[in-house]
Amino acid sequence: MSDRRYPEAIADAFPAPPIEFTDREDRAVEIRPYEGSEAGYESLVEMYDAFDPADRAQGIPPGGETRIREWLDAILDEECLNVIAWCGDEAAGHATLVPDGDAYELAIFVHQDYQRAGIGTHLIRGLLGHGQAEGVAKVWLTVERWNRAAVALYKKIGFETSNAESFELEMGLRLNEDPDADEE
Amino acid sequence: MKVLCGIGGSDDSFRALDRTVERAAVANDDLTIAVVENPDSSVDPEDVVERAEAAVAEAGIDAEVRQVEGDPGSRLVEIAEREEFEEIVLGGGHTSPMGKITIGSIAEFVLLNAKTSVTLVR
Repeated sequence: MSDRRYPEAIADAFPAPPIEFTDREDRAVEIRPYEGSEAGYESLVEMYDAFDPADRAQGIPPGGETRIREWLDAILDEECLNVIAWCGDEAAGHATLVPDGDAYELAIFVHQDYQRAGIGTHLIRGLLGHGQAEGVAKVWLTVERWNRAAVALYKKIGFETSNAESFELEMGLRLNEDPDADEE
Repeated sequence: MKVLCGIGGSDDSFRALDRTVERAAVANDDLTIAVVENPDSSVDPEDVVERAEAAVAEAGIDAEVRQVEGDPGSRLVEIAEREEFEEIVLGGGHTSPMGKITIGSIAEFVLLNAKTSVTLVR
């Protein structure tokens, strides 16, 4: 939708992946872009198949392997930008930017075994760094308003609330200059 | 059952329409379809009425299709109360490119304010 609102100021630079760090549980984690490998795809299927249903938000990730694969086929399309947080050869988290007109919709997931260890912050910064490098101008997301931890994370990153009239908050971030800014 | 189905022209509202008409044909529901003005929908209300009438005709049921002006949520709740409907049926939400479901302001208003049961069709 073109009537979404975004902050006027462009966000600070985010680090582009690969990004290596040690999480708060002393695990070595690396964030890398997903580049279409089958092994990466299967690791994500495994992560989402074991995903705690209590951590689902607004219907995603879907339940059951068949629906997980259908959903991944859509969001791992080459038009989309994806990064995975790897702990060894296990996918610990995944974040994605899916094109929506002149902007991208963002979502981020961290498996329950890897939550509250600082991985989400690195993961979203890595995704936004990847997006910035690829020339993405505007990013939006929705989040359930009661999900305070997520809302706090998005605010810390620089997202601003653009619509608070529904069950879900809508938030926006500007990563790069708009290519058609002159027309506005 | 006396059912009020509110549609505004979004994809999920048409899914709700089709399922409610289907169910009415089997369950012999007393169905009214209210075409509301959804500001988020790009479909002309006249076209929505036409689409609803076609669905009713195809199912071979006897259902009223009514165009409703004014604020969609409050009008639906008001009609349900005044005319003693037993259930309100609405679309189950918009699905984003990501696959995230968001519930619109009409559904939120009806859910919180209706005295009847409310069904959101997925």
